[in-house]
Amino acid sequence: MRAFSQLLDGLVYTRSRNAKLALIAAYMREAPDPDCGWALAALTGDLNIPAVKASAIRAIVEERVDPVLFAMSRDYVGDLAETVSLLWPKRIDQPAEIDDGSLTLSAVIDRLMKLGRAEAPGVLGEMLDHLDSSGRFALLKLATGGLRVGISARLAKTGFAQAFGIDVDQVEEVWHALSAPYGELFAWGQGGEKPDPRGTPFFRPFMLAHPLEDGEVDLADYAAEWKWDGIRVQIVGTGEQVRLYSRAGDDITATFPDVADACAGIHAVLDGELLVQGEAQGTAEHGGAAASFNALQQRLGRKTVSAKMLSEYPAFVRLYDILLDGDEDLRELGWSDRRTRLEAFATRLDPSRFDVSAVIDAADFAALGDIRLGSRDAAIEGVMLKRRDSPYVAGRRTGLWYKWKRDPLTVDCVMMYAQRGHGKRSSFYSDYTLGCWTGDPAAGGELLPVAKAYSGFTDEELKWLDSFVRNHTLNRFGPVREVEKTLVMEIAFDSVHDSRRHKSGVAMRFPRIARIRRDKPAEEADLIETLRAMIS
Amino acid sequence: MAHWIEASPRGVYVRPADAWIDPSVPVDRALVTHGHADHARGGHSQVWATPETLAIMALRYGTEVGTSVAYGETISLGGVDATWVPAGHVLGSAQILLEHAGERIVVTGDYKRRADPTCAPFEPIPCDIFITEATFGLPVFRHPPIEQEIDKLLGALHASPDRCVLVGAYALGKAQRVIAEVRARGHHDPIYIHGAMERMCDLYRDFGIDLGELHSATAASADQLRGKIVVSPPSALNDRWSRRLPDPITAMASGWMRVRQRARQKNVELPLVISDHADWDELTATIREVAPSETWVTHGREEGLVHWCETHQMKARALALVGYEDEDEG
Repeated sequence: MRAFSQLLDGLVYTRSRNAKLALIAAYMREAPDPDCGWALAALTGDLNIPAVKASAIRAIVEERVDPVLFAMSRDYVGDLAETVSLLWPKRIDQPAEIDDGSLTLSAVIDRLMKLGRAEAPGVLGEMLDHLDSSGRFALLKLATGGLRVGISARLAKTGFAQAFGIDVDQVEEVWHALSAPYGELFAWGQGGEKPDPRGTPFFRPFMLAHPLEDGEVDLADYAAEWKWDGIRVQIVGTGEQVRLYSRAGDDITATFPDVADACAGIHAVLDGELLVQGEAQGTAEHGGAAASFNALQQRLGRKTVSAKMLSEYPAFVRLYDILLDGDEDLRELGWSDRRTRLEAFATRLDPSRFDVSAVIDAADFAALGDIRLGSRDAAIEGVMLKRRDSPYVAGRRTGLWYKWKRDPLTVDCVMMYAQRGHGKRSSFYSDYTLGCWTGDPAAGGELLPVAKAYSGFTDEELKWLDSFVRNHTLNRFGPVREVEKTLVMEIAFDSVHDSRRHKSGVAMRFPRIARIRRDKPAEEADLIETLRAMIS
Repeated sequence: MAHWIEASPRGVYVRPADAWIDPSVPVDRALVTHGHADHARGGHSQVWATPETLAIMALRYGTEVGTSVAYGETISLGGVDATWVPAGHVLGSAQILLEHAGERIVVTGDYKRRADPTCAPFEPIPCDIFITEATFGLPVFRHPPIEQEIDKLLGALHASPDRCVLVGAYALGKAQRVIAEVRARGHHDPIYIHGAMERMCDLYRDFGIDLGELHSATAASADQLRGKIVVSPPSALNDRWSRRLPDPITAMASGWMRVRQRARQKNVELPLVISDHADWDELTATIREVAPSETWVTHGREEGLVHWCETHQMKARALALVGYEDEDEG
């Protein structure tokens, strides 16, 4: 257990991604089988232990610790598992604060999996007696579900891949065919056969696009589609099971039962954009409208979905591509051939839940440019350009797919507050809260925050901004500094939406700093009204 | 009991002596337990303290003058006998034993019970009223053995020879203790220190504390600092000063580091649970050992310790003293 609890501690305190990967990789190489597999499952969030209830933990603590002192401690520390891990008094006959090594991670998980509710407190209490505080923290986090050490499933898999010199996309291919503690996966890592995922609805890595910088492409070679503002989704059907995966390979089937039910029984792998039905972006002219990203956001991240959610924000998928049709792998075919297969396949799907992304009809690149400019009124993000003969390959491959976003909107804001960044930026005030005026400042208008931005500047500009913040601080609120409201910054953003969460009533998508306007007086920054007029 | 002493927000007032213990504002007569700024303020007309504490105050406030009282020495002020007894907190730190009208009162100032190569160990004194600190007065605070924490530091140092380990430590006490403990674990490489602690380290040496080879971090190049320990005040950890360092691993030596969220909030990668205050077990053991008729609890988490006393049939109350406890100092 100690190796695992030390890994968790390391992950909690380490900020750099590479350092986290190195920690995970080292553990995966060194931990005995099947500890390594259980740890991987815990890190990827694939470990489901019938939850030991928080009330059971409270009960065993109060048997040993004065309830008043426990409550005070809990208030102070904030987190139940951490509080218990810190104040657990060992039985008098146990050695002090050490992990005595008698519990392995596998033994702990094995025991927890089989635990009945009545015996849970006793067993848990006995385990706590054999651990140090890090070990107790790890145990209680495992038992209550959710490690919350700030790493994604993808990062954990990348750590595993790095440990054994395997490509992480190869790991993704087989991942969903396997289950904890992943014996076959580790056997493969140590030089054995790659597991065969056929027959299970596993995730295939997405093909992604590069931004089209200044270049131009020939529309004889490239097809153009609209770029929709939803989330990329992969639908995998084996004929018996169907799964929806997000771009990071997370299984989101349970979050979108409306879509999953509508394609039950299909035998194919499809790529598309998950959207909510509505009118905010696009029109019939663009092959059909959809609601804004904001609407989709209401549906994201939920483990269960209420009937109200389903009817207020009905989801659908705009299909981009087909990877497999039955058992036939189409990924080696050119895009045009896959497109033909996709159109044919889509006729079998429920048209209220699935449509095929329209191909834009443009004579040449210049004409496409005009069409793209016109799409702003329809609140479309931009266009995608796909090489007509491109195979479907994982990741970003130069020259195959491009995204050509429309030029961003901009607004002039005033810096109001600043905070230090993380990692390499932890000594710099690099995160800014920016405001616009509620009305003419000469007539009593005030600044209200409209955006937070922490990118878009050069290293030189960051140094300048950092010293601006330090030299113009009015107040400090913990880590936050309030600055003199004198610096105007031009903020670029993709779109702006109504928001009930913000006092200003608006929320921007992807705000970043376009220019520092040292020349502009703060009174001449924009009004919130101006921003409202840009709402799509 | 003890009508001749009163606790006010400005400190503990000893009426017959017309003197204050660790007053937070300038007064005529001050009895000072130790040199930390929240206990030893400048501007008093007369000060009594240990020679080490007076030297520290002189370093901080310039021409501070005072009467030097050695450990075990007693002075008499207005019919009150005051004796300075080692508290084990930092160099020169003392508890003050007050005796008057047949009653004995001990004011601990800050203290700890663990061994510390940079100061004299705490001595328990039987008394009627025990006025104790409670910085770590909750059972979640249990400091691990310091050897374990120093080994963590040295382990990180040896694992990343291209980086340096930057240890945030309070400039008076903690910094010198960490350095001395690192030496005690057999690490004799030069240690680089922030300018703000150079004079304090010199002062420790003048009192005979061996800190090994120390250099100024400000004068060193990034290459010289690779694979080395750098010690700075906590406030410099994530500030402009530390930008020059070669990809530092940020460590912090403080009792607060036991709570994960506290360490994360301060962007600490290597939390070292090293404290110059008594932890929960030391606080409760000390009260049992001293066995006073009454315990008064000041600065810290008073409610926890008062509750513990009450559940153990001991009389206790919380004093509302303000102005103590610098978080960095824990």
